[in-house]
Amino acid sequence: MSVGVVVFPGSNCDRDVRWALEGCLGLPTTFLWHEQNDLAGVDAVVIPGGFSYGDYLRCGAIARFAPVLEAVQRFAAAGGPVLGICNGFQVLTELGLLPGALTRNAGLHFICEPTELEVRPGRCRWLQGYGDGVSIHLPIAHGEGRYQCDREALEQLEANGQVVLRYAANPNGSVGDVAGLCNEAGNVLGLMPHPERACEALTGGLDGLPLLASLKQNP
Amino acid sequence: MLDPAGEATRAAAARLGVEGVRKLRIGKAIELELEAPDRDTAQRQLELLSDRLLANPVIENWSLEIREPAGGERS
Repeated sequence: MSVGVVVFPGSNCDRDVRWALEGCLGLPTTFLWHEQNDLAGVDAVVIPGGFSYGDYLRCGAIARFAPVLEAVQRFAAAGGPVLGICNGFQVLTELGLLPGALTRNAGLHFICEPTELEVRPGRCRWLQGYGDGVSIHLPIAHGEGRYQCDREALEQLEANGQVVLRYAANPNGSVGDVAGLCNEAGNVLGLMPHPERACEALTGGLDGLPLLASLKQNP
Repeated sequence: MLDPAGEATRAAAARLGVEGVRKLRIGKAIELELEAPDRDTAQRQLELLSDRLLANPVIENWSLEIREPAGGERS
């Protein structure tokens, strides 16, 4: 199992993700530059946090047209595991791999703090290491994390079991307390919290580890 | 659709002493110059750009106004 971490101009969690995957879990990890057309044979893709293309226009709006993401779309359609964290989640919604959109936090502030989340793994291949309904703590760090979709879409997502991560105390005004969403097939996960920042006891706890470790248990 | 920046600005309008602002929404205006063989082509291309790149229809509405340069359509 090798993992590719997509790097855009403005990505800033790419090295943290690689540290979590390779340093903490021993998974060979390579960077995938936004201009490349292929995924260099990796078995899973992570789109990390940051401010791709300076967040110009809208978060993720320019990144969505990066050549590497055409390959990611084909990879996801074929069932390959794809994870979008924070800005990566925003990119996945702009790309249409996940529904809805992420908008300015209701309180207008950038929020950087630990949050409590409820996990509902369902079919999500990334969350099989957590029990159904367990509570975990992961840090968030975003200014535009308020998940938005219309009521009908939200009901559909709930009915399909795609709302796999929910805030216990909604920090940003997201509809349905949505913190993370999975696609119907279960291979694509997008979330605003940062699991890669919770993979070591010394720096933020270990609650993010089972998410990334799912790549080892469930190749 | 909640517009927190618009709401914050509306509250500031009241602090400035203008109490009657019932609605204030903040969006973007994008100016672009496009060369196209005719108006229909320009319209189509601008609609594509508006729908797929400039706006996200999930959270934003858009409208389009075409102004031809002085001297009429370019060839």
